[in-house]
Amino acid sequence: MKPSIWMKQTLWAASIVMVLAFASAAEAPAMPRYLWENFTTTNGLPDNHVFCVLVDGARIWAGTENGLGLYENGKWKTLRPADGLAHRAVLSLALDRRSGDVWAGTMGGLSRISAGRIDTFTQLNSGLSNDVVYGVGTQDEYVWTATAAGASRLNTRTGQWALFNERNTPMYEIWTYGVSPGPDKVYYAVWGGGLLEYDVTTERWKDYHDPDGENEIVLLKDQGLIHEITTSVSYVDKIVWVATYFGASRYDGRNWHNFLQKDSGLPSNFLNFVKAVDANRAWFCTDKGLAYYDGANWAVYRPAIDTHKPELLVRNANGKTSAVQVNTAPAHNYILGIDFQGDDVWVATADGLSHGVRQPN
Amino acid sequence: MKWVAALFAVMMGFLVALAAPTGTGEDGRYLSPSEMALSPDGRWLYVICERSDQLLAIDTHTRNVVKRIAVGHVPRGLAVSADGRQVFVANSWNDNVSVIDAETLQLVKNVAAGFEPTSVVPDRPAKTLYVANRLSNDVSVIDLQSGQEIKRLAAGRGASYLALSPDGEWIYCTHVYPAIGAFRTPPESEITVISTATQRVVDRLPLHNVAGVFHAALSGDGRLGVAANLRPKNLIPLAHVEHAWVFGNSLTLFGPDAGGVVEVPIDELDRYFARPWGVAIAPDKSRLFVTTEGSDSITVIDIARLLEFVRTNQRSVANDLSASANYVVARIPVGHNPRGIVLSPNGKQLYVSNRLDDNIGVIDTATDKVVSTIDLGSSKTVTPLRRGERIFYSARYAFQGQFGCANCHIDATFDGLQWDLEPDGFGVDIVDNRSIEDLMGTEPFKWNGGNPDLPTECGPRVEKYFFRSQSYKENELTDLVTFVFSIPVRPNRYRLPNGELTPAQERGKAIFERTRYRDGRPIPQTNQCAFCHSGRKYTNQKLADVGTGKATDRSPLIDTPHLPDVAYSAPYLHDGSARSLEEVWTIFNPKDTHGVSNDLTKDELNDLIEYLRTL
Repeated sequence: MKPSIWMKQTLWAASIVMVLAFASAAEAPAMPRYLWENFTTTNGLPDNHVFCVLVDGARIWAGTENGLGLYENGKWKTLRPADGLAHRAVLSLALDRRSGDVWAGTMGGLSRISAGRIDTFTQLNSGLSNDVVYGVGTQDEYVWTATAAGASRLNTRTGQWALFNERNTPMYEIWTYGVSPGPDKVYYAVWGGGLLEYDVTTERWKDYHDPDGENEIVLLKDQGLIHEITTSVSYVDKIVWVATYFGASRYDGRNWHNFLQKDSGLPSNFLNFVKAVDANRAWFCTDKGLAYYDGANWAVYRPAIDTHKPELLVRNANGKTSAVQVNTAPAHNYILGIDFQGDDVWVATADGLSHGVRQPN
Repeated sequence: MKWVAALFAVMMGFLVALAAPTGTGEDGRYLSPSEMALSPDGRWLYVICERSDQLLAIDTHTRNVVKRIAVGHVPRGLAVSADGRQVFVANSWNDNVSVIDAETLQLVKNVAAGFEPTSVVPDRPAKTLYVANRLSNDVSVIDLQSGQEIKRLAAGRGASYLALSPDGEWIYCTHVYPAIGAFRTPPESEITVISTATQRVVDRLPLHNVAGVFHAALSGDGRLGVAANLRPKNLIPLAHVEHAWVFGNSLTLFGPDAGGVVEVPIDELDRYFARPWGVAIAPDKSRLFVTTEGSDSITVIDIARLLEFVRTNQRSVANDLSASANYVVARIPVGHNPRGIVLSPNGKQLYVSNRLDDNIGVIDTATDKVVSTIDLGSSKTVTPLRRGERIFYSARYAFQGQFGCANCHIDATFDGLQWDLEPDGFGVDIVDNRSIEDLMGTEPFKWNGGNPDLPTECGPRVEKYFFRSQSYKENELTDLVTFVFSIPVRPNRYRLPNGELTPAQERGKAIFERTRYRDGRPIPQTNQCAFCHSGRKYTNQKLADVGTGKATDRSPLIDTPHLPDVAYSAPYLHDGSARSLEEVWTIFNPKDTHGVSNDLTKDELNDLIEYLRTL
């Protein structure tokens, strides 16, 4: 029996699809692959809602809704207010790499964990501007905090506090959400107030805003910050990466480049957190998965939105997206934080802490 | 009339003391030798003199002072590098460390440290210097080549003494003030353990019911650590002195030999050995020597018996005063206020600095006798000021020699504790221990203003309620008060070098001096900060009800405290219930009765506190 024209056409079309699919797969860049190990309360995590994670050498700190978890030598230990922690909900973490002290921003103040001792600073017992500490970062002897009532800076040598808010900075909103101190600049993500820059030398503040204002439709894409509702900032190698609820931005001090779901590998425009590896590479924590950008290509790690099966989507520089077969995924696709442990990553999610063990490609 | 006469005598004595040279060292000052260190070969004994701001180099063969090197103000810390080529002196009032070439005995340079550096230790290769800063509660890590401070490590409150382990791997830091804890809870302190490899704090050994901790030392094999400390019983009325419940003098043992952190007493059932301060361990680990600076003696302990006792009891026995009979083998009487203590490399000579005699005692450890005294070149004339200082630091006036003024006023400051002083029942009239710097013109005394002058404060009150023992003779009281009035205020670290205020401090000053609410209404004069806290000492010397009285206070009227150096003397309020300056207004001033603060923003309150720190 001769094949019908319909069959010929169908076979031809199928062949084209297969070739295209093969070509697409062949174009998929070699993005990092991970074996994901997930921690929940069933294996010792204090709480499954993990706001933040911090790598401290071989130790892992997980800030959860119900305590600060410390993973060491294969076991979890939990710190709570009964141990001296400011509050059970730990929103942010920072490591002073010189002293080894860990700073924890909580819903009830700021705690320093130093060789097992916990010192707590609150708006009542110290100069801290507000007890809700969304972000914390260290810079030499200074500890910078992003709070619900502006920014605070503690000089750990003198015990003196400096507050920064609408009175002495261009911070027209005082709900600071994230902070990233660098040696020369300190950046603040101000929720609804754009991005603030503090120059360490001149001690002056500068503000960056969405040229579209609070318009959710991007009218001027690369002419400035993508949106006013910023949630996180990461300053590495003199490059600023900003996460917002409406996309992400990269700023090199001269030019802005913005990332949106529609024209990048971001799985969503709703970003909770960003952490840069260097000037060109960064990780984005979204409500629809964890995204990695290597300067040209993208990878998204998550349980699939529909099937919840492990998924790795790779998007090359030409915008071609392909799925890579994987067997594991982060614990949840609502991602809240990330930190690096060599080639591995640790990821805070809304339903567990995930350890991405780097695999050979 | 007796006290009027005493007061007059004090005033005259103080004026004479001010007019005449205040000491008798080479430059007209006493020397007050405190810390000592030996060169590795034992040939040179280095001594720092707190009062004359000198480092002395003594030839141990001739026992002569061969060089006096001027260092910074009030030197308190001393160390020699492992190779003996450098000597380091922590200048507590200059916030720096003098580096001295041991060969030329010349000052090489000064390197900056934190607030009030009181102890210094170089690592084995003498590349890194560690400095304990008493007022900034931290340890500076300094690169010796560049002279730059690399970082600060958070220590405990009143970080004061450092000890390097024999292998050079660990540094142990002790603290003269307890942590600021919850109101009316037992004092807690710590020994901070620093790794010289990572230059980080790696452990904090908890010391429960311990406040003032002085020197620590380690045995040559590194298996036994010993720290000298005080165990105050400040939660019960001081009237229990006859029941042995005011201070315990004890040692903290740590390390593998102790099997953990163990507290053991050095007191006896009916005799106390106040303020253990310096510690030296024999090279063969046979014996342990501890200066008890309030009792003018050295306590000698047999280490084998001590460790056997610890192993047998398996617990801390710091409150069992019969315990010391198991391991204390001798008490060696020495001079006034013995502090520093070092053993010769062969362990045969023990040197002790008699701080208020200006000399060094040399003890033969075979006989436990003082065999000679190294005169440091001070005059033998003892002025009223020095007599008063000896009384202040002596425990001999208290029942069974339990404690002296300096127990609560460590190095003439405070102890960070709250006390139940009067025999009025448990928990009544709790009072915070105030600073006693620069007291002239701050009368009356006591938080209830009950003592109109210092002779009354230091005389019948102390004798009757504190020491429960013999009264001072009239001339002794005069001398004591002369000394107390001479205690200077320490340098303030929050003022700019040029004396000007920062913008935040200027704003705080305006708040401190304001006369109107934010809305323009006048603030009643009696509720203005600068009304009660007026004058050079920031007190109008009157009583006021600022709403901080407790149900357990017999009167809500509180003496207006003087404020110089208030930054360092937390906790605050008359009973120490405010753990920080912020809490004075964020928690304890809800009705604006202690000044007007509830119309301030957080920024403004911070500014006010920045200003207060400059006073």
